[in-house]
Order: sequence, then C-alpha cells, then structure tokens
Amino acid sequence: MTSAELPASGRTPLNGGLNGKGLALIPRTDAKQTLKDFKSDQEVRWCPGCGDYAILAAVQSFLPELGLRRENIVFVSGIGCSSRFPYYLNTYGFHSIHGRAPAIATGLAASRPDLSVWVITGDGDALSIGGNHLIHALRRNVNLNILLFNNRIYGLTKGQYSPTSEIGKITKSTPMGSLDKPFNPISLALGAEAGFVARTMDSDRKHLQGVLRQAAEHRGASLVEIYQNCNIFNDGAFDTLKDPGTRDEITVRLEHGQPIVFGTGENERAVRLSPTGGVEVVRRAEVSDGEILVHDAHNPDPSLAFALSRLDEPAFEHVPMGVFRSVDRPSYDHLLNEQVATATADKGEGSLADLLHGGDTWTIG
Amino acid sequence: MTKQVQQLDRVIIRFAGDSGDGMQLTGDRFTAETAQFGNDLSTLPNFPAEIRAPAGTLPGVSSFQLHFADHDILTPGDAPNVLVAMNPAALKANIGDLPRGADIIANTDEFTKRNLQKVGYPGNPLEDDSLKEWRLHAVPLTSLTVRALDGFDISKKDAERAKNMFALGLLSWMYNRPTEGTIKFLESKFARKPEIAKANIAAFQAGWNYGETTESFSVSYEIKPATLAPGVYRNISGNQALSYGLIAGAVQAKLPLFLGSYPITPASDILHELSKHKRFGIRTFQAEDEIAGVAAALGASFGGSLGVTTTSGPGVALKAETVGLAVTTELPLIVVDVQRAGPSTGMPTKTEQTDLLMAMYGRNGESPVPVLAPATPSDCFTMAVEAARIAVKYRTPVMLLSDGYLANGSEPWRIPEVSELPDITAPFTTEPNGEDGTYLPFKRDPETLARPWAVPGTPGLEHRIGGIEKADGTGNISYDPDNHDRMVRLRQAKIDGIDVPDLTVDDPGGDARVLVLGWGSTYGPIAAAARRVRAAGHKVAQAHLRHLNPLPANTGEVLRSYDKVLLPEINLGQLAMLLRARFLVDVISYNRVRGLPFKAEELAAVIGEVIESD
Ligand SMILES: Cc1ncc(C[n+]2csc(CCOP(=O)(O)OP(=O)(O)O)c2C)c(N)n1
Ligand code: SF4
Ligand SMILES: [Mg+2]
Repeated sequence: MTSAELPASGRTPLNGGLNGKGLALIPRTDAKQTLKDFKSDQEVRWCPGCGDYAILAAVQSFLPELGLRRENIVFVSGIGCSSRFPYYLNTYGFHSIHGRAPAIATGLAASRPDLSVWVITGDGDALSIGGNHLIHALRRNVNLNILLFNNRIYGLTKGQYSPTSEIGKITKSTPMGSLDKPFNPISLALGAEAGFVARTMDSDRKHLQGVLRQAAEHRGASLVEIYQNCNIFNDGAFDTLKDPGTRDEITVRLEHGQPIVFGTGENERAVRLSPTGGVEVVRRAEVSDGEILVHDAHNPDPSLAFALSRLDEPAFEHVPMGVFRSVDRPSYDHLLNEQVATATADKGEGSLADLLHGGDTWTIG
Repeated sequence: MTKQVQQLDRVIIRFAGDSGDGMQLTGDRFTAETAQFGNDLSTLPNFPAEIRAPAGTLPGVSSFQLHFADHDILTPGDAPNVLVAMNPAALKANIGDLPRGADIIANTDEFTKRNLQKVGYPGNPLEDDSLKEWRLHAVPLTSLTVRALDGFDISKKDAERAKNMFALGLLSWMYNRPTEGTIKFLESKFARKPEIAKANIAAFQAGWNYGETTESFSVSYEIKPATLAPGVYRNISGNQALSYGLIAGAVQAKLPLFLGSYPITPASDILHELSKHKRFGIRTFQAEDEIAGVAAALGASFGGSLGVTTTSGPGVALKAETVGLAVTTELPLIVVDVQRAGPSTGMPTKTEQTDLLMAMYGRNGESPVPVLAPATPSDCFTMAVEAARIAVKYRTPVMLLSDGYLANGSEPWRIPEVSELPDITAPFTTEPNGEDGTYLPFKRDPETLARPWAVPGTPGLEHRIGGIEKADGTGNISYDPDNHDRMVRLRQAKIDGIDVPDLTVDDPGGDARVLVLGWGSTYGPIAAAARRVRAAGHKVAQAHLRHLNPLPANTGEVLRSYDKVLLPEINLGQLAMLLRARFLVDVISYNRVRGLPFKAEELAAVIGEVIESD
C-alpha cells in the first residue's frame, strides 16, 4: 500500500480493509430470498413499455443474490418517472424532492454504515437540478450506488428536453430545437473523480445485473448510467444500440484486462492511443495486437477512462458500455466514522456534565 | 501616591481598535476576569464585515462592549462609560455613542498625521479641545508597551502587538479585576512560544503598574460582586449555548447528532463548535450548499439520527423545499436560523428579527412548523434542548430563531445539572402496528398525533415515505381529495397541539394597564426598559414569547387583559401581524430595523409614551 492510499490518520488500511467488499458491514441473511421478497404491494404505474419496467425487474431479481437483510437496504430517489422506483421495492425507501437524493442519501449512508444505500435518479434529476449534489457525492466518495436512468428527456413533466438531449432536440419547450450541448454523464462523473463509473442498458438484463453487482461490491460512490427508453417522449433513443443490425458495430464493450475491440468481420475495429493524447478508433486490420489498448478499469489515473468516455463523441458513433473505472479511494463515510471513533478512543466518550462545566467557571452560594 | 477608590454599581466599557489590534481577545479576557470576580455581565462584540479591512480605516474598526454590575443586568448597556480607542478610527467610529463626561483612553502613538487623515480628522482631537466634554486620558500605549518589553527576545512587531495586553492591564487596575486568570490564559495560549507568553504577561503587568503610578489615573473603581442565584456559573455566548443545547438534546434523546451545514455568518460558529465534539458521536458534515446541508440532515434523521442544520436567513430560503419534505414525511429535524439583517445578503454581521414570517410560512402548501426563539444568549441552550424535545416527540422539523445579537453576545450562565434536563427519548418503533403484522407508517399516536418512527434496519417494518401525499395510516401514495384534506388538517392539528408552557407575565404590582410584549433577543432591552419605567414610578407589565408556533394557550387571554399591548420588534411588525390576525387585538408596534439591538433608554421612552396615552 502506498502512503497516498492511507487515510489521514494512518491508523487502518484504506476504508478499513473493506475495498471490494462494499457490503461487508451490512448484515446478511441465510434465509433464501427470491424476486418476490423484493416486490412491494404497490401497483407499478409507468407507461406500458417504459424501460423502467425492465430495470425494476432486473433489480428485483438481482437483489436476492446479494444475500443482504432486506431491512438494511434503502432506496432513495429524487423526482421524475424513474424516481418512483423505491415505491415498488419492498425495502426501506425515501422518495424525496427533485435533485436532492444524493444529498439525502449522503446523510443516511454517512450515519448508517450498516445500510446498503441506493440512489435512483433521472437525467434531469441528477444532471440539471441536482447536478451540484451529484458531483459532490462522487467527489466525496460516499458509499452510495447511484443509478442514473438516462432517457435523454424529462419524462414526468411530459417531454421537455433534458441535459442529455442532443442539440437540436425538438420538444414542447424547444419547438425550434434545443440549443445547449448535452452532458456526457460518464465524462462528468470521471471529471468528479468518481471511483466507480459504468454504463449499461435497460434491456440487457445480464449486463445490467453484472454492472450492479460490481457497483454494490465497490466501497465508495458508484455511478451507473442506465440507458432507459422513454417510449412516450423519446422513443427509440437507444435503438441503434439494441437493433441486432447495428448494435455490434457501435457498442464498445469494456472489460477489464481485455483489449478494446468491437465490430464484426471487415468492420472490426480497435481502440488505441492517439498521437494527440486521447484514444482513437482504427480498423482492426490496420493495427498490431500490441497497439490495441487493453482496458484497465483499475488505473488510478482517470484520464484514459475519460478519453474512452469521449469515444461517444459524436454521439452514438461508438458507445462504450461496461465499467469505465473501478478504483478504490478513501470513502467519506468511513473517514467520518473513523474520526468519531478516534475522538472517542482518544478522549473517551463525551460526558455532558463535563462539557457544560468546561472553561472558566465560578461558584456562587 | 494614594489613589482614591470609588464605588460604582455598574460600568459599561467599550474596547475599540483596528481589527488587527486584538480587541475581541481583550474584551473576552476582561469579561473572564469580571465573571471570575462575580459581577453580573452582558457583552456585545461588534466586528467589521470585512475580514481584513485596510488598517486604520473606519470599516476596519472592531469593538467589544461589556456591561457589568453588582446586580443582575439585562443588556450590554446603551452607552459606554469608558471608551478605549486604540487609534483615530476607533475614536471617530465610537465617539457618537459616548455620553458627555465619559472616560476616553486613547493610544496617542497611533494618532499620527497619516492615521488622522485616513479617517478625515483635520487636526489631532487629542490636542485641540474638541474632546473637552469628556475625560480624556492620552496614553502612549504602544511606546509604553515597547519600552516595558525592552530586553525581551522578541521582534519589535511582537512587542507592539502586546499593546492590547497593556491596555487590559490598565483597565484591570482601574476596575480592580483579578489577574491570575489572564496570566494563566496567556501562558497556555502561547505555550509553544514561551518568550511571547512572558512578554504579553509583562505588558499586562506594566499596564496595571502604569495605572497605579501615573497621575492621569487618580481613581480606581470597585464594583461589588452581584448576588446571583447559587450555582456554578460560566460565561457563555449564544452560539456556544446553542451548540451545547443541541448536544444536550441529542444526549437526552439518546440519538446520535448529525449536523449538515454550510458556512454563513453569524451561524458558522455552531458548525465549528459541534465539529469539536465528535466523541459525543456527533457527525458534522460541511455540505456543498444549504440545500445539501438540510437534505443530509433529513437523510440522517430518516436513519435514526437527530438531524440538525444551522444557517442564517439566506440559507433558510434555500432550505425551504427540504423543510417541506420533513413536514410531510414527519421526521425530526432542527433548523437553526441565526437571523441577520436582510433582505438578500443584507448586513451579515448585523442583527435583525426579520425571518419570523419566513420561518412560519416560507414553504409551499400548508406546511406548519413549530417555531422557537431564545430570549438571551444562555437561553439558546434551553431552547435548543426544547427544539430537540419537540422535534423528537412530534416527529417534525422545528425552526429555532436565534439572531446575530444573541449569537455573539454573552452572559453568565448558571450551568444546569444534567439531571435537571428533560428526558426526551422517543423509542423507535420495532413492532408492526397494523393488522396481520403490517406496518402503518402514518398511523398516529392518538394523543400527540405523532407518527411512528421505524428506522431502516428494523426487520418487518420496511416501508416507503416521500413527498407525495400519503394515505392516512398506510402512507401509500394517495390523490384522494378527502384524504388530502384530512392529512392537511392532521398535520396542522399535530403542530397546534404541541405542549407549550403558558405565557407568564411579570407585573410586580399586578395592576398595570399596559403590557409590553416581545420575542427573541429583545428580551434584555425590553426588561431593562420596563425596570426603568417602574423605577420612575409607572406601571407596566412585561411578557416574552419563546414559543411562537404554537403560541402558548393563554396568549389571547393575556393580550386581552390589558388596555394596551406594545410590541417592539426589530422588523416591520411581523409578530404584531400574526397576533392581530389571530386574536383581533390592536397591538401597538414599535419597529426599528437598524441592524442593532434596541436600547433600554429608547424603549423606556416608548413605553412611557404608551402609558401616558392610556
Ligand atoms: C423543484 C422542482 N422543480 C421542478 C419539478 C418538476 N419536475 C418533476 S420531474 C422533472 C424532470 C424529470 O426528468 P428526469 O429526471 O429526467 O426524470 P424522468 O421523468 O425522465 O425519469 C421536473 C422538471 C419538481 N418536481 N420540483
Ligand atoms: S413518460 Fe417515459 S419515462 Fe415516464 S413512465 Fe412514461 S415511458 Fe417511462
Ligand atoms: Mg429523464
């Protein structure tokens, strides 16, 4: 371990040795759990065909495999179609206010290390009104799993463009086309030096669950962008990534330790370092094996992961999916609780009487 | 030389100098000596808004006023009897408050041509006769200090810096203060720089000796200790008392305290103070903004902590939506607003009572919140405990309205025994409360109307809460019109039903016809004014509201039993408007919004006028 990895006090290893064991402090159960255990009795009210259904089903069937006590799982959400999510899970849940879920979850996770805390948020919720809270939760590295349902539209308010909508988007609020450049949520999260950053797809259950598993095991803040189809206001936004005819030509599957290649047959392509310092896509046939970039999700320097996130520029020409970055760094909740423990160990548990009588006192009578 | 000793019953001293002159420290030390001696006291610091205003300028003047007496007193005093002016700016900024005949101790070394010019003095006021109506003591404080420290192994700058200790020594001699505390204080403050410690102590003693030997000071004064209620005392500021009250509230509630806060004057000291006490299990979180501060506190409350957020007016404006969420999810939360002059940035270091209506109504929807206001610096402790009690017992956000005057002012505080504090434990719900083992998160306690509080980690009670309207009982999402009407009324009834002590009236004769009412930090000046009015042979009753929502049950009855009700407020009549609307009583408002506390003399005159017109 390098000194940079040591927490400020230097007492215990990084995150108390819990790295890769993001769930170690959370009570487990031996009882067998099934999908049904995680279904609440509330009627699900998304539009028929909405991508949120697929994500809900994937999460409900994935949670049992974590083996956690259900009462120690909490879903916190903001406002938006996606933020209704907690109502449909039979765990503890808090459907809060627009954009503030990361902040609410920060207080919860920092004060309750025995909870597995999940944040459900939308592209408007996380990146518009709540953008500040999102970057700070990532920067602080609070032990949260943030699932950002990106449908590139405001669903709940009936279809205005969002901070991930493409330029020129025609919506009710932008009849002549939207003017502002969208955020790339992955680039943003990497810019905030998030420890775990991944992208997945509502309809690809296996991939989605694989990413969720890694996010849960990561100790610290995880950001998972989930492309989610809003079939009412932005239908087909991710069709090129789903259609078997185009899918494999544009999807860049990132796997740690594997060379980054994609496409099929003659169209097979590879990613290599570019002379300008970033990365570039080249024909597979034109490069030697040694030139192909091998994906290193554990690289402490986020620059390459950031460069990979920029492959999606122009948007949807090639779209990396999977875990961009999975790097351990001290988590805020761990450090905070360690300060509390250190203060208590060094000076003893606080005594109210001593506190009140501290400083200069005098007695009358 | 024999010196005369004169008895006084009270004195008001103001130390004034450049922000770099250490006037706050000097005032604090004089206060500590005075507290140690056993006088009653009240203090008021006044700092410049700028962190480092240019040296020697009017905006750079920092001052500290201390009122002490042989009897119990209520305010830091209207007008100083003694002004210590460390430079021309300090003299110019404060002379207007100084009654004729008061003492001025001026540091002549700083009255240079350049410094005089900086503040626009055409000549040297210490040398012409412009100060002839005051008792001027022109003392070369800096050069005397430097001379006294000749031989110490310190820089000239460090020697000059010790001039505030010279001044403190002189004043300590003048008022026969005990000195051991200051010597000990200096030893520990400069423990790592023993030469500086020794030099400061030498300067302090030189100041004392100067008083004793020089002719300019022929009289020293004695102010006998006050007879206060028996007990152990300490001097405490409002912000410190409020911090301790929050800790005590959490301890008494048996909950870990979580503070989410964003720095803002004059509330930051509470964040600083609580950050020092992690061994009470306190987690302090400096958030990215006020919204995140309150949101994190609410998240912690959801998890079973006592969530607290501390701020001032502009921050409360940002927190409104989250407070509304706390109202509707019915979770405990304490929102501390240390009010300052507004609107907008206003005057951050100046005091005001202008956030009452925001605290009451500054949210969307019918969103009732209990509102409390401490009356004095030490009362901030009691009211913080009370805020915790109400928040926990009724599962509600509570607004605690302090202000800049209480926050920075200080007074002796009889330290309560821990056994005197209320036990405010609220047991978490751990068992199902519905039929067939279900959990109904909004099934209320029939008496308090509080909902159960089951925290994550409790098996079998998994549930979801949120900002959408909830069905009575189950807490499920509900758009049913009648359910909404019922929930709106239930939330209101819960707050209206909070157990609040009756309003007590101070009316020594029992037959006053005029009531002077107040709330919050105006208590001291109002009570001092009432005393003056009574001393002059008139009758006035006084009552002070510390619970503003709900109001004490007997409020209407009290108001109606007087011919006239006078209500001084440092706003344009916010409580008056509430009382008129609620009780149809023709309250007479007296309002000044100058960023400063009322003066007792000013209020005595106002009360006098109301009595005369009765
Ligand atoms: C303070 C506040 N402002 C505005 C709204 C209205 N509003 C609700 S959801 C939403 C946008 C939601 O978009 P997104 O986060 O992308 O979620 P989606 O519905 O697409 O899942 C807006 C603007 C609100 N509820 N609260
Ligand atoms: S509006 Fe779009 S995002 Fe919202 S529920 Fe309907 S399909 Fe889903
Ligand atoms: Mg959206």
